[in-house]
Amino acid sequence: MKHKMIKFIPLMLAALMFVGCSTTEQKAEDSPAPVSETPDKMDHSMQGEDAATSGAEAARGWTGHPLDDPAKLTSTRMIHFDFDRSEIRPEYQAIVVAHGEYLARHSSQTVTIEGHCDERGTREYNIALGERRANAVKRLLMAQGATPGQITTVSYGEEQPLERASNEVAWAQNRRAVFEY
Amino acid sequence: MIKKLLLLVVLLGSQITHGAPLTIEITESEIGALPIAVVPFGWQGTGQGPSEDIAAIIDADLKRSGRFKTMPSKDMIAFPHTGANVDFRDWRVLGMESLVVGQVKPNGVGGYIVRFQLFDVFKGEQLTGYSIPTTARDLRATAHHISDLIYEKLTGQRGAFATRVAYITSVVQTKGKRKIALQVADADGYHPQTIVTSTEPLMSPAWSPDGLKLAYVSFEKGRPSIFIQEVYTGKRQRVASFKGINGAPAWSPDGRKLALTLSKDGNPDIFILDLARRTLQPLTRHYAIDTEPSWSPDGKHIVWTSDRGGRPQIYRIPSGGGKAERITFEGKYNARASYSPDGKLITMVTQIGGEFRISVLDLASSQLQVLSDGSLDESPSFAPNGSMVIYATKVKGQAELAAVSVDGHVKQRLALQVGDVREPAWAPYSQ
Repeated sequence: MKHKMIKFIPLMLAALMFVGCSTTEQKAEDSPAPVSETPDKMDHSMQGEDAATSGAEAARGWTGHPLDDPAKLTSTRMIHFDFDRSEIRPEYQAIVVAHGEYLARHSSQTVTIEGHCDERGTREYNIALGERRANAVKRLLMAQGATPGQITTVSYGEEQPLERASNEVAWAQNRRAVFEY
Repeated sequence: MIKKLLLLVVLLGSQITHGAPLTIEITESEIGALPIAVVPFGWQGTGQGPSEDIAAIIDADLKRSGRFKTMPSKDMIAFPHTGANVDFRDWRVLGMESLVVGQVKPNGVGGYIVRFQLFDVFKGEQLTGYSIPTTARDLRATAHHISDLIYEKLTGQRGAFATRVAYITSVVQTKGKRKIALQVADADGYHPQTIVTSTEPLMSPAWSPDGLKLAYVSFEKGRPSIFIQEVYTGKRQRVASFKGINGAPAWSPDGRKLALTLSKDGNPDIFILDLARRTLQPLTRHYAIDTEPSWSPDGKHIVWTSDRGGRPQIYRIPSGGGKAERITFEGKYNARASYSPDGKLITMVTQIGGEFRISVLDLASSQLQVLSDGSLDESPSFAPNGSMVIYATKVKGQAELAAVSVDGHVKQRLALQVGDVREPAWAPYSQ
């Protein structure tokens, strides 16, 4: 996310509107948010008691980027794999599907999928295995309607472990695919 | 088809360091090795004498090879510097079969002349002897050269002491960031020189057959590209930067082609890049993983890793294309094969139970021998004379290098004092 905040400003504003917390003169034309959430629907706004109440509720809601909403599956950006395997495990299917649905709804949103491996096995084979993992994620994203142009893949093999220890726990952590928005 | 070659110059910088950040420890020694005494060399000049102990370097080289059992100088009863002063009875009593004596003298212009003689103790005969002019800077190289001459005279096989090794280091910097470096050092770990540094992964260094260039993979733009760099000038070219994987570069024996792994067409396959013509030929076409190519010394075949049979195994194919044949059948994981200099053996990584170890496969007999005893051993590379294999291992969480004689009898560790060291590539003889 770090270098891409600028791109997200329209999205973030759209998100604020979605929560219904504030009025704004920003147009939603760049926003991929649904039509029903256009600003004109919200111009009862900040005047009067109701509007004030509405604002208080919004403060408890998620006001960050929707992808970061901890209540949503898309806030999970990492999934894990079995040794020398690239199938997406059942417990991670819903997470990848949620990312795919988000990308399908937001066609200007792009993502890089990083594939990683544990330290066992050879380095270049692991580069290939990491790519296979990233591609498995990419295929499931596309099955939800995301387009190839939205998705970049890169494999780091075993070169960038999360955990440096040489044990099953660390290896399980390191066999991963990461969504980088 | 190939992207425009990008000519870049990498500054060698001031990272050239001296001393030995790689410390060598012999962990197992061969019984029945040839007993040899290397007597401390004499100094024929005034003042302090040279900064390097020539005899100690020769002694360490010979011991490291596993073919020799050297005598500690504290056990010697005489310290001759020339053949005229040798009493062979002294050395027969001590059970020595061979004896090396020598001396160093100034050449009058700031350098030295190193003189040595090798004797057969039983016959009382000189086997070889030379006077070698050198400089203060090249004293270690001269000592390695003498080791090569002694080794060849006594074993009949060319020595590989005056050769070099490339490897990747990874050192934690401030804030947990790692500095990755590609280094080149003498085969005994001395004189390490950094030729590339990056905060992103560097991988798969491969020497050109003339020993003048290294091909390697760099993730410096957040994705992998293959570079070829001149080791002495630091000049480099980017030769592959396709979509997806650009990995596992391997030079053809004539130095004109590079076998490499590209996934630009959807999944990893082996391609042959003609470096002069800049043309690219696919060699494998399979939906499985195909990677880690290596040429036979005669250039006729390529071995590589494929999981087309379900698990990674080694396959062989004519380098001009043809029918692929599987050549490993023992074990469920065999990967990253490379040929011995005589083409008779391949060394690779073999999974034994849950452990990944270095093995050698005899291509004629299909005999597999496991050489290493670690659990995460990888990246084996033959010495240019085929006598040893250097590889990467992990000891107590630290990544370090190890070397093993090709019969598995002698093992040694080469540890970096700080940080991890991995992916050793033993340089060919310089031409």
